[in-house]
Amino acid sequence: MAEVIYDHVTKRFDSVVAVNDLTLEVEDGEFLVLVGPSGCGKTTALRCLAGLEEVTSGDIVIGDRVVTHIPPKDRDIAMVFQNYALYPHMTVYDNMAFGLKLRKVPKQEIDRRVKEAAEILGIQDLLNRKPRQLSGGQRQRVALGRAIVREPQVFLMDEPLSNLDAKLRVQTRGELIKLQRRLGVTTIYVTHDQVEAMTMGHRIAVMNQGVLQQLDTPENLYDRPANLFVATFIGSPAMNIFPAQVVGGDGTVQLVAGDVKLEAPPSHRNRLADYVGREVLVGIRPEDLEVVAGNPESEGGDTVRLPVELIEPLGAETLVHLRGPAGTLIAQGEPRIHLDPGDVVTIRVRKDHLHTFDPQTELALF
Amino acid sequence: MVGSNRLSSRIVFLYIPLALFTIFLLFPFYWMLIISLKPNSLLLNTRVNPLYLTEFTLRHYRYLFENTDFPRWAWNTAVVTFGATLLSLTCSILMGYALGRFRFKGGNLMGTAVFLAYLIPPTLLFIPLSQVVVRFGIYNEYWALILTYPTFLIPFASWLLMGYFRTIPRELEECAMIDGASRIQAMRRIILPLALPGVLSAAIFSFTLSWNEFLYALVFMGSGHMKTIPVGTVNDLIRADVFQWGPLMAAAVLGSVPVAVVYMFFVDHYVSGMTAGAVKG
Amino acid sequence: MTTAPVRTIAQVAPLPLRQRVRLWVESEPVLAYLFMTPGWLILLLFMSYPFFLGIWISLTDRTVGLPTGEFVGLQNYRDLLRDGVFRLTVLNTFIYGFVTVPFKLLLGLLLALLLNQAFRLRNVLRAALLLPWIVPTALSSLAWLMLYDPVLSPFSWLLKDLGLIDASISFLGSRGHAILSLCLANIWRGTPFFAVAILAGLQAVPQELHEAAAIEGANAVQRFFAVTLPVIRGIVVITTLFSIIWTFADFQLVYVLTKGGPANSTHIFGTFAWQEGIGGAGKLGMGAAVSLYMFPILAVLSAILLRHVRSQEA
Repeated sequence: MAEVIYDHVTKRFDSVVAVNDLTLEVEDGEFLVLVGPSGCGKTTALRCLAGLEEVTSGDIVIGDRVVTHIPPKDRDIAMVFQNYALYPHMTVYDNMAFGLKLRKVPKQEIDRRVKEAAEILGIQDLLNRKPRQLSGGQRQRVALGRAIVREPQVFLMDEPLSNLDAKLRVQTRGELIKLQRRLGVTTIYVTHDQVEAMTMGHRIAVMNQGVLQQLDTPENLYDRPANLFVATFIGSPAMNIFPAQVVGGDGTVQLVAGDVKLEAPPSHRNRLADYVGREVLVGIRPEDLEVVAGNPESEGGDTVRLPVELIEPLGAETLVHLRGPAGTLIAQGEPRIHLDPGDVVTIRVRKDHLHTFDPQTELALF
Repeated sequence: MVGSNRLSSRIVFLYIPLALFTIFLLFPFYWMLIISLKPNSLLLNTRVNPLYLTEFTLRHYRYLFENTDFPRWAWNTAVVTFGATLLSLTCSILMGYALGRFRFKGGNLMGTAVFLAYLIPPTLLFIPLSQVVVRFGIYNEYWALILTYPTFLIPFASWLLMGYFRTIPRELEECAMIDGASRIQAMRRIILPLALPGVLSAAIFSFTLSWNEFLYALVFMGSGHMKTIPVGTVNDLIRADVFQWGPLMAAAVLGSVPVAVVYMFFVDHYVSGMTAGAVKG
Repeated sequence: MTTAPVRTIAQVAPLPLRQRVRLWVESEPVLAYLFMTPGWLILLLFMSYPFFLGIWISLTDRTVGLPTGEFVGLQNYRDLLRDGVFRLTVLNTFIYGFVTVPFKLLLGLLLALLLNQAFRLRNVLRAALLLPWIVPTALSSLAWLMLYDPVLSPFSWLLKDLGLIDASISFLGSRGHAILSLCLANIWRGTPFFAVAILAGLQAVPQELHEAAAIEGANAVQRFFAVTLPVIRGIVVITTLFSIIWTFADFQLVYVLTKGGPANSTHIFGTFAWQEGIGGAGKLGMGAAVSLYMFPILAVLSAILLRHVRSQEA
């Protein structure tokens, strides 16, 4: 077990910069998730760590060794691939034993480790099968088992759940978390699925276009996104974003977008002071827009009235699409709310959950 | 199948045409076989129906083994075939692997060059090549053919294997390399076993092409005892227009049997290799 | 927000030389060229080198047994153009290489369509009917040599028995007969290749397309042209080009059946080059020139083929 450091790592493919000056540190025993849209460089970053890609510049450290120029086999890591990459001509047992045999681990030791891993994963009965005789879920377990028996310093996982069907994915996700906590092996996990990222990682590194956007705990990432990209990437349905004019006067600051006027909460006044007279981007998550029944009085300027465009009942909640000042706003309503398109409803805005972003730099205003 | 399955239409549109094709394509082999078994008395009698075998003899086969160099030709052919196949396969596996799995500058160009090499026929090269063979001091030696047959075997086999290697997912060898294998180990223990059907196709093809080759064998190894079966049969058993049809056909049968047997055992590999050759080169 | 490493990384010590060499050798481009070296070495020594040597030899009057010859420029090429036998050879090669193709293609297509039907023994028949293409041509040509024998030919016997002819046919006795006989044997050998290649293409035709076309009321012939032909077009073109190249550069069949005779009237490039350069006079320069006359045609055919293979891959 070991920590992992990316120190100013850049990877170029011809003219394309896949990973741009990535610096991050993964603690010993941590479960770190690399998340981002496809093509954001997360897989390349992982492959650089594995040694499958030569970095263009920068260094990579595993444990107390600089491994930048060390071939994959000597990095003491194990990797689980999206398509599992099980060796089709070997049995499950041989698949798991392959790495140990190459390392000349004694036979009894191999046997012990393979059986132990098989027990952990509940695949003892499959050891003599060939990969093609296994279901998708079983293959996934074998791929995990192959990583476990190696007892490596770091687990690398490249979208290991995305070939499973939805139900199995949720179940395996939970098992994987428990397994990692139990083994305590440093794990770097790549996914494009922000739900996976939020549920699995101790910390999450959000990447976009080769650049690390934010590295933080799931809670912080959700509550305090560092920039517009992170704000909209994390959370489903995505955060509502609309431009608003900052209007100041006698100790108050107002955000004005069309007919909608919101008084900025005290916590925001300082950061918005510099923007008076200019435009900012306002972000608010759907669950922070509350659909208020009836037609109550406005309390302190935190309610707005907006017409309904569309209702999406999802069972546990209802998404209400509203015609906002600049495009659609989505609010999260009660499960069995009765509304029709065209109704005008009162929305209470949880102003202390408001996010504001600089329209040029797209950085959050703190 | 969409279409009428009535028996009469099947007879007219399927069975009769198939029968005609079968007769056309297999009759020469039937002929070869019955002549090789026919006593000379019947063979040379133009009044009896030549299409049947009323009595048969193995005399022609015995003649072949006792009175001609045929056993030696067979040995020569086998040595050359195995040598050339082994050499070509080794080179082609490496070349196909490089072309199919490595990303490198000039990879496409190399692939095209291999394909074009496949299209260069022996008839274009045999005269200067005979001079090269003499200059290298291997004229009328096994090496003359073992080293020259690969010129048409390597391009074909490399092309075939290149396509085959490409179908094997990259992750498999990446995973092996993370598991602790060097590149060579990953290739030997993971990729090569998976490419075995392709290697088998390439091997069978190399075997038949080497066994059947005629022009190079005629020019570079055509003297004395060093002839191969096709060359020996055509050149030594036909002397000054005196055709000994019995032994000739017996030699043709015996010379065809090894390829036919290998082919029948691996017909699917052969066909897949052949269509790979036709579709991809 | 990016966080800077809390700890500075220990200075990287330069890798030992041996490890650096290993790393370099195992990098993909280096390993790729290393892997290709044995193959290319053989191809360069026994293909490229003789090719250029051939061009040189064709410009000399080198003969068998003498170490070198005099440089004669394009004399050999000019002499050939004036040589009646050579001009006949060119004509024969074109007849042999091109006229046989439509027959092979048509018969091969027909056979492929038949073999694509479901019937018992289909696999056996498919395997057996490929035999003409896989057995040594020199040996199967011997069978044809006897089938064409002026006295013993079973064809003549059969026709006489049926009362259609009086005297045995001299299949190889005149230029016209001989060329027809050569073409027939060539069609016999080449048809299975077309059939098997086209059959592979036919098996790639999606069954749903046929069913959709049938539902729209297309009959078998219409379905063939609307559905089957477009799918197998690529394979047909490529197979045809291969066949032309191989037939064009053939040797064995003609060598065994006629050796270019009677009276040098049935030579093709390969056999004439052999006779000029090795067999008869041993005029290596002249033989090499005959071979090289094939080159422009082969180059054009290869270029077309390469373009089709490329587009097929894309």
